[in-house]
Amino acid sequence: MRIDLDFLAVLSQWPLLLKGVGWTLALTVISATIGVMVGVACAWSRANGPVWLKWVVGSYVELVRNTPFIVQLFFIYFGLPAAGLKLSPEVASIIAMVVNLSAYATEIIRAGIEATPKGQIEAAMSLALNRMQTFTRVVLPPALKKVWPAMVSQIIIVMLGSAVCGQISTEELSYAANLIQSRNFRAFEAFIVATLIYLVLSMAVRHLLNWLGPRFLWGR
Amino acid sequence: MNFAKTAYSVASVALTAFALIGPGTAHAQTALDDVMKAKEIKIAIPTDFPPYGFVGTDLKPQGLDIDMGLYIGQKLGAKVELVPVTSANRIAYLQTKKADLVISTLGKNPDREKVIDFTAAYSPFFQAVFAAKTVSIKSFADLTGKSVGVTRGAIEDQELTKLAPAGVDIKRFEDNNATVSSFIAGQVQAIATGASVAGNMMAKNPQLGTEYKLLLKDSPNFIGVAKGEDKLRLKVNEIIAEGKKSGDIDKMAMKWLGRPAGDLPQ
Repeated sequence: MRIDLDFLAVLSQWPLLLKGVGWTLALTVISATIGVMVGVACAWSRANGPVWLKWVVGSYVELVRNTPFIVQLFFIYFGLPAAGLKLSPEVASIIAMVVNLSAYATEIIRAGIEATPKGQIEAAMSLALNRMQTFTRVVLPPALKKVWPAMVSQIIIVMLGSAVCGQISTEELSYAANLIQSRNFRAFEAFIVATLIYLVLSMAVRHLLNWLGPRFLWGR
Repeated sequence: MNFAKTAYSVASVALTAFALIGPGTAHAQTALDDVMKAKEIKIAIPTDFPPYGFVGTDLKPQGLDIDMGLYIGQKLGAKVELVPVTSANRIAYLQTKKADLVISTLGKNPDREKVIDFTAAYSPFFQAVFAAKTVSIKSFADLTGKSVGVTRGAIEDQELTKLAPAGVDIKRFEDNNATVSSFIAGQVQAIATGASVAGNMMAKNPQLGTEYKLLLKDSPNFIGVAKGEDKLRLKVNEIIAEGKKSGDIDKMAMKWLGRPAGDLPQ
């Protein structure tokens, strides 16, 4: 079988691709920022919170981690309007990604928190730090440092997972590739280009996060 | 690992892959022979497009397009393997030889004619914009500022993109089910789709008070064959011409659309 590749037909649609890259990055940055913060809060709740909160957060984590992302996305976009809550595709995508990432982040960060030696916490207490100070200054920074590689991987998984947000008409990268191939039928080329862009994005995001972590989250 | 080094190794792997794919063996006009030899024909059909193609309560595909596919298989004396496709991926199935024929409410347009060939028409169809009675839409200008849902890559997407003024918020979905769901959920104010999808949607959701608003295009359905497969195309044309004469095509249209096929273009 002979395949003629015509990349120009796809690359000439660069404004669509660029917009797609923009949305994919925007979705990722927003959901990663909120997701990590919610993850820290939920991880604290699961490790140190009151029993009822542990139970609530635990159920949330189990519910999200044991259902597919696309089902969560469809529930938010197609399901919530039945309850009177109409969201734009972009907002629905961000919420779905935050909800999804937070649940995984909770478990990743909790692992780091629980790995903190007990003596370290007792030492902090003996220096008259209160529980909040102990958590934010003594427990959290080394915990984040320990689990950061896993956290970065999870953020990248969620970024790649955002490819399905095109299903509800969010104009991210896969949506752009699909739209281009449905117009000029250059499916093979469109998806090769999209694949390479995703590859570059993933590597860039990984390097960026590895650079950001030590500088802003736990100090060098 | 060093970033530049990683990127370099990835690029070289990709290039090697292209080099391997590039110069394949040329092959043309063998689809009909292959089908006759294997006594089997792969036909792409829709499963999200009643009454043309949908999944019945017995979980088997049925509809006008499926009947047409089985009819052609019977005339060719070949077993039919039905391949479910969506509006967005059906042409790719033909290009990559995952299907010999696409019978999937496929309309004819110049863009598509560049990449695949078409047989004579076998069934009638039209696309239009639909919305609730309470929404006033008398011309395409009235769509300005409104959101319109459409299935990406379908004929109605291309027509709507052409006809709608700049201020229309066109929301493109992956398949007809998602487009219809978004309209029913109230995520879009209007929907651009085929008459059959709209008819089915209106029958199941009378509370929405949906009505026909604007005609996008009259587009009878054609059967798609891979570019250059003239032998297969002519054979299918023969079968369609016979079916028109014998009244079989009209019978199928009566069964699924409630009206005869009427005058169809060659």
